[in-house]
Amino acid sequence: MTLFGYRIPMMASLLVWCVVWEVVGRLNLVFLLPPFSEVLAAAVDLVQTPSWQKATVTTLRAFATGMVLSIVIGVPLGILMGRVKIADDLLGMWVNIFSSAPLSAIVPVLMILFGFGEKTIVAAVFLFAIWIIVLDTRAGVRHISPSLIEMARSYGASRPALYSKIILWAALPEILAGIRLGLIRGVKGVVIGQLLVAIVGYGALFETFSRNFRMAEFWALTVILFAFALVIAELIERAEAKVEYYAGARQ
Amino acid sequence: MRATALRNGPSPVSAPIDTIVEVRGISKTYGNVEALRGIDLDFPRGKLTSLLGPSGCGKTTLLKIIAGLIRADGGTIAINGKTVSAPGPERAFVFQDFALMPWATVLRNVAFGLELRGTSRAEREEIARRYIAEVGLAGFEDKYPHELSGGMRQRVGLARALSVDADVLLLDEPFSAVDEQNRRKFQEDLIRLRTNQNKTFIFVTHSIEEAVYISDRIVLLSPRPGRVSQIIEPEIDRSGDPERIHRDRHYLDTVDEIWQGLKQYVE
Repeated sequence: MTLFGYRIPMMASLLVWCVVWEVVGRLNLVFLLPPFSEVLAAAVDLVQTPSWQKATVTTLRAFATGMVLSIVIGVPLGILMGRVKIADDLLGMWVNIFSSAPLSAIVPVLMILFGFGEKTIVAAVFLFAIWIIVLDTRAGVRHISPSLIEMARSYGASRPALYSKIILWAALPEILAGIRLGLIRGVKGVVIGQLLVAIVGYGALFETFSRNFRMAEFWALTVILFAFALVIAELIERAEAKVEYYAGARQ
Repeated sequence: MRATALRNGPSPVSAPIDTIVEVRGISKTYGNVEALRGIDLDFPRGKLTSLLGPSGCGKTTLLKIIAGLIRADGGTIAINGKTVSAPGPERAFVFQDFALMPWATVLRNVAFGLELRGTSRAEREEIARRYIAEVGLAGFEDKYPHELSGGMRQRVGLARALSVDADVLLLDEPFSAVDEQNRRKFQEDLIRLRTNQNKTFIFVTHSIEEAVYISDRIVLLSPRPGRVSQIIEPEIDRSGDPERIHRDRHYLDTVDEIWQGLKQYVE
């Protein structure tokens, strides 16, 4: 972006909105929105409290567990659907329904199944993240050049070698794209799960802050969550860029 | 010497002295399209045989059946007298679109056939380096396919096929995705390589000039259904300067003769 001939860095727009927030906050129009500076100060205080640290550990653990599960199950499932027609016919409809369904509605059911605890949060992350990973992996496997498969077969590749040396690598750009989108959805899953369960991790904190109208802390926690989601997406995008050179070079 | 037309029509020919690949009664149908009907062919050891014909004559299908990549509906393929129905180490394939792994270096791509066979890393890389040099790509071992031109990529494909030390090299229109200048150079190299390597080449092409230029033997296929219409052995002396072949009388006559025969299939 350029303005009056000067190059404006991307972060500049963020700065503008922070200023707008500050001004609106200081005008005291809505008590729900304290000035940004106050939110920042609250954030600094918040990260020093043991309750935040404990909630963060709980949240990260549930998030990581759910993500690992959805990757470990989602990628092989996507490969299976991409390679085996009958598996695709059987599962395709369900994967598509779940990937576009309003999954928040299912979280209460998860609570009944898994109880009011971390298991439900893990299940929520899993349920939010897995479908896009399956779909993207499937698409990646579908787009592998048939001659690459023929090449492996003609040079005597065993079935395991075909999958581990060719299919997984050839589909890697799409698999990583799926994981990146899955991670973003997983953040949604962990937040929604915790909010609904309301006694675990950030959910408990959000509950406390909003019930007691501690808006600065409420917003501070929100900003931290958003930043976390952004950082995760950015990290995966970097990893994707490393394999993109060959995604573009594929025949 | 004139090019000799050995036979007309699909009747079986008396087997040459040393046959490496025997094709017997191969037929293949896709849906209701008959791609190949009753193909009988013998490929002599140590020679370069081209399968030539207009598109739709099933030449690539036949090559992939010989490779074991496509299953025939009927008939048998025998290599060195043994019937085969799947890919095997005595055959190596060179693909029209190169089929290189974009995530792997030239070295790993060339060594991939040996990697699949479980050859140790040091040994397979040594062999791969030798064939990379053989096809004129020394110094490019650590490059990735997307950093190479089309012609260089196909040299990688050729080096990969050579490095597994197969008796029969199957080449599926290997130069069709390579630009004209590189193709000429590549064809010259192939003539040289064939004398050095003492392997049997089966070469699919739709270019009459290419077939006559490089082949010891040309199998003409006619389309719909694909069948053998003629076998030609262009008797061209390839020992000297490869450039000279293009001006050779026999070369020009054979090209013309084949064109006259194929003309009827071109709409």
